[in-house]
Amino acid sequence: MAVVRIPPVLRPSTDGAKEVDADGDNVGAVLRSLAHTHPSTESQLFADGGDLNRYVNVYLNDEDVRVLDGLDTPVGGSDILVILPAMAGG
Amino acid sequence: MSPSGAEYIRKIKSEIAEVDPTAAHEQAGDGVAFVDVRETDEFDRGHVPGATHIPRGYLESRIDGAVPDRNQHVVLYCASGQRSALAAKTLEELGYEHVESMTGGFTLWKDRGYEFDVPRTLSAEQRERYSRHMLVPEIGPEGQQKLLDAKVLLLGAGGLGSPTALYLAAAGVGTIGIVDDDEVDLSNLQRQVIHTTDRIGTPKVDSAQEAMNAINPDVDVVKYQTRLDASNIMEIIEGYDVIVDGADNFPTRYLLNDATVRLKIPVVSASILGFDGQLSVFAPYQGPCYRCLYPTPPPAELAPSCGANGVLGVLPGTMGLLQATEVVKLIVGAGEPLIGRLLLYEALGATFTELKVRRDPDCPICSREPDEISDEEMGDFPDYEAFCAAAG
Repeated sequence: MAVVRIPPVLRPSTDGAKEVDADGDNVGAVLRSLAHTHPSTESQLFADGGDLNRYVNVYLNDEDVRVLDGLDTPVGGSDILVILPAMAGG
Repeated sequence: MSPSGAEYIRKIKSEIAEVDPTAAHEQAGDGVAFVDVRETDEFDRGHVPGATHIPRGYLESRIDGAVPDRNQHVVLYCASGQRSALAAKTLEELGYEHVESMTGGFTLWKDRGYEFDVPRTLSAEQRERYSRHMLVPEIGPEGQQKLLDAKVLLLGAGGLGSPTALYLAAAGVGTIGIVDDDEVDLSNLQRQVIHTTDRIGTPKVDSAQEAMNAINPDVDVVKYQTRLDASNIMEIIEGYDVIVDGADNFPTRYLLNDATVRLKIPVVSASILGFDGQLSVFAPYQGPCYRCLYPTPPPAELAPSCGANGVLGVLPGTMGLLQATEVVKLIVGAGEPLIGRLLLYEALGATFTELKVRRDPDCPICSREPDEISDEEMGDFPDYEAFCAAAG
């Protein structure tokens, strides 16, 4: 069970939760689990082909999963996944 | 009968070793320590290159720190060779073995055409104004001079730009440019603290200039009452040392990234929304660029503006001051700038999170040489037109 940190723009899709526990032994599985529990996050996280949307950054603890093994990156029970959107507010 | 002052100095001179400026000049660089015993204002008007400055009145208390080795060859000088003769006598009495007083002093040194340094100095008013910077070893007079010489461009005089502009002006950044085409609106004042109620309706660049110069009249405020776009960006940003990105939209952030990579100008970037802030420093070719972090912006519905979604009024203060801190660090060369790191601040939970940001070897911009980046691709990103249409 990993913890997924939800950015403000996705919180309406998680009933306002800032953190959600989700099962899965890799990044893809954890995010799929999140999307299963909170279906409206799916289209925001995943592109049609099942890959992460290009505008979605996901970090395993402090490292970008793009420089790890992407959705195949193994996730342990004490890991934290951070979903990070770009923000432009100034 | 007591000797006259002149007689006393003659007597001292007969007891110490003197050196002619030409001989001293020839010895310069051979491990000789030049010590200038004149007053500060005299030293500041010019001195022998590399000389240590110890006013005569502080000689006994400071010489150990400046020249700890009693066997060191020391050449003392003043304006004409009298104070240095007395100083030489003192050093001999303190056990210095190889001390000489330079005859004719700095005046003769200059008359013979030998090189000298004239340090750039702060005025008395500046020394007082920046006195708390002077006391910080990482800044000091040299760092303050760097700040005074620095040119910083602020993108936006809004939420982030307001505190940044005020503190950078107070810190004595010599030239601060501000790009903003907007006017002060009542709804800005909940967070844009550089503006005031009585300046509603005035251009933000004018309002910001008034506030900055009220704090520090030394700051040269350069106003650009325009919106940054591909046609004007290179002309505006060229020549600035650091750019502070507080833009409120993605097209400007991508455009700024691409132009600053071309010109190799570091960007201190922050963004805010609701109770969340992000901060990083993008130093072209030293670390990742904005596109390495965010290859493409989110669709408009996932990237609401502060105007649409709101923002805690204090938040741009927090994030803007973190930006200002990074700017000062970059200018004075202190500490570890936030290059290759993204700092997230979540105000409701009062948490800071740091993430690593890597250079993307396939980055469409910074994986290439600056001169390979064309005007046409600057600020462009996939689905740019659709993005802008959706964003309105």
